[in-house]
Amino acid sequence: MHKNRILLTAAAFAAGTVALSGCSGGGGDKGGDGGGDASTLTVLDYYNNEPDKTLVQEALDACAEEVGVTLERETVPGADLIQTVLQRAQSKTMPDVLMLDNPDVQEIAATGGLAPLSEFDVDTSPFTQAIIDAATYEGEVYGLGPAVNTLGLFYNVDLLKEKGIEPPTTWDELKEASAALTEGDRYGLAFSAIANYEGTWQFLPFMWSNGGDETELDSPENAEALQLWVDLIGDGSVSQGAVNWTQGDVKDQFMAGKAAMMVNGPWQIPSLQEADFEWSSVEIPVNHAGEDSVAPLGGEVWTVPETGNDATKAKAAEFVECMSNEKTSMSIAEARFLVPTRTDIIDEYIEKVPDMAAFGEQIKTARARTGKLGADWPDAATVIYNAIQLGITGTPADEAFAKAEQG
Amino acid sequence: MTTATPIRARRRIRRDDVVKFMFVVPAAVYVLLFFGYPIVKNLTMSFQDYTTKTFFTGEAPWVGLDNYVTAITSNLFGPSLLNTALFTAGSLLGQFVIGLALALFFQKKFPLSSVMRALLLLPWLLPLIVASATWRSILDQDSGILNRFLGVFGLDAVPWLTSPDVALIAVIIVNIWVGIPFNVTLLYGGLQDIPEELYEAASLDGATGWKAFWHITLPNLRAVISVTLVLGVVYTLKVLDVILGLTGGGPANATQTIAIRSYQTSFIDFEFGVGAAFSNILILISLVFAIIYLRGTRKAVDE
Repeated sequence: MHKNRILLTAAAFAAGTVALSGCSGGGGDKGGDGGGDASTLTVLDYYNNEPDKTLVQEALDACAEEVGVTLERETVPGADLIQTVLQRAQSKTMPDVLMLDNPDVQEIAATGGLAPLSEFDVDTSPFTQAIIDAATYEGEVYGLGPAVNTLGLFYNVDLLKEKGIEPPTTWDELKEASAALTEGDRYGLAFSAIANYEGTWQFLPFMWSNGGDETELDSPENAEALQLWVDLIGDGSVSQGAVNWTQGDVKDQFMAGKAAMMVNGPWQIPSLQEADFEWSSVEIPVNHAGEDSVAPLGGEVWTVPETGNDATKAKAAEFVECMSNEKTSMSIAEARFLVPTRTDIIDEYIEKVPDMAAFGEQIKTARARTGKLGADWPDAATVIYNAIQLGITGTPADEAFAKAEQG
Repeated sequence: MTTATPIRARRRIRRDDVVKFMFVVPAAVYVLLFFGYPIVKNLTMSFQDYTTKTFFTGEAPWVGLDNYVTAITSNLFGPSLLNTALFTAGSLLGQFVIGLALALFFQKKFPLSSVMRALLLLPWLLPLIVASATWRSILDQDSGILNRFLGVFGLDAVPWLTSPDVALIAVIIVNIWVGIPFNVTLLYGGLQDIPEELYEAASLDGATGWKAFWHITLPNLRAVISVTLVLGVVYTLKVLDVILGLTGGGPANATQTIAIRSYQTSFIDFEFGVGAAFSNILILISLVFAIIYLRGTRKAVDE
């Protein structure tokens, strides 16, 4: 009898605990941002690595002080941001201020999850058209970015000098230089042709500069750009390993002296400063001399999610505006090797950070990936990286895009 | 006295029932919450147009079998199904043969054998994402240690992860490495249970070496072998991290499997409905193997 009672109690306890813990999961509500209190803003971004985390924190703190709010910041890894946003949208716990990578803005805006900045009279005129294009969905601007990046051609100054080679400006020069710089276990050039959006991003400057376009993928211009990559790998100037390299791997190859030149972005500059050789950068070469080098625009924007609380939304919009004002724009650009999005301060910026000269020029013509296709961009991007992979692994370049489009 | 006994007995039965019931409740709640709910949710999701918009609006229109049609008619479905089969068969064969060989080897008592057996578990303890990152650098075409090693013997560099013809083999090799500890552990346990007397009796009749292995070890190990293989199939079908870490499904989709398709359509293309359809197809395949296993063991019991 006695034993039974103990067992009964234990079992009841166990069942009760499970029931309780089952309930507490669904019971949470919106937390701090209910009601009309707008003194605290929640912020979500993906700058979770140092030094970016601290550098962005400094900018956030400065703006928090200016707008007169306290911040609750959460950072998640880059690859998890969209999933986090979707989960929080579902549980109605969206942050007051949300950072998004620029090609994702339209997809999220299309869901109705973001508030258009025109609601809060935010001035969007001083910014470079490409970042505004990226953040625009159906005529409304949804976010502002303080500073952006793009791609350029980095080269090992010592090696080029040794061979008496000038930094290439056209595709023919690029092929010649790459072939001449290939020696032993060193390749002339490195880029990332990996099977994800990163590969697409690296290919875009070649595709766009050649007059190719994402609205017509199976075009001679795109095929010609792909042929350039195929030739570079085919003649051994670029490692076949490129099909599996991330941009980080490309930088490692360059740093280790295994590639004399690389296609990469200015976010690599902090690591490159530790290189034991001299390096510099130029704009991505174009097919024929005199053409414009058109590279994709990279970087993040700050947006105001639709939280249903007008008071915090207004504060958040003020905050987003502050995050892209001249002062913040300049300081973030300087600290993180980005180019300010405010066209009026780019020249002043280049004077301060001469390493960024090539990127400053490149930004002026840069295009947003979602500028033409909007929320349909990911489909095109998938076709592009599949076509690159097909081309490099043996499908003729003029058939690769058609084949990739079949899915 | 005599009249009181049945009443007490009845009351005790009722209380026993409650006790039994209460003991089942935690397990039942757990199963329903963490197995039942996800499976039902996955099933319903595969019949809905479930996209990024759904998370904001809560609307997921019913589309019937459309998602399954999209999944099955996609050009990558055939190749991924074939790759899944090749990957599973190849991994299983390698894991099992090497695992059994190692298990037999460790049955011999020799100095440090238990230490070495413990070390053999290391691949199992290593997070798969770390393991695949390490293998990625080992298999690198230009500077990977494997090609450097092969170079010593005058062999050409093998494009392990960069050629569509070789990538699947490379991925299978890595997955074999990952699976060996699991196979060794189960098979070694099975070997320990075979009575020593059987071998002694057999050796008197002249059955040693291969003969003993064929007529004593294998028949006695049959139950363990079938468990190992069925679990192996189920674990290998769903392998995601090894392939994602090594090739991400590339080059040129050469290492796409149904699991990778499911992941990519769900979490890269954000078409959760189609992704759920892919994963349900995978669950169905696993289920077929589970049923084959259950039937097989039932037959063994009947015999």
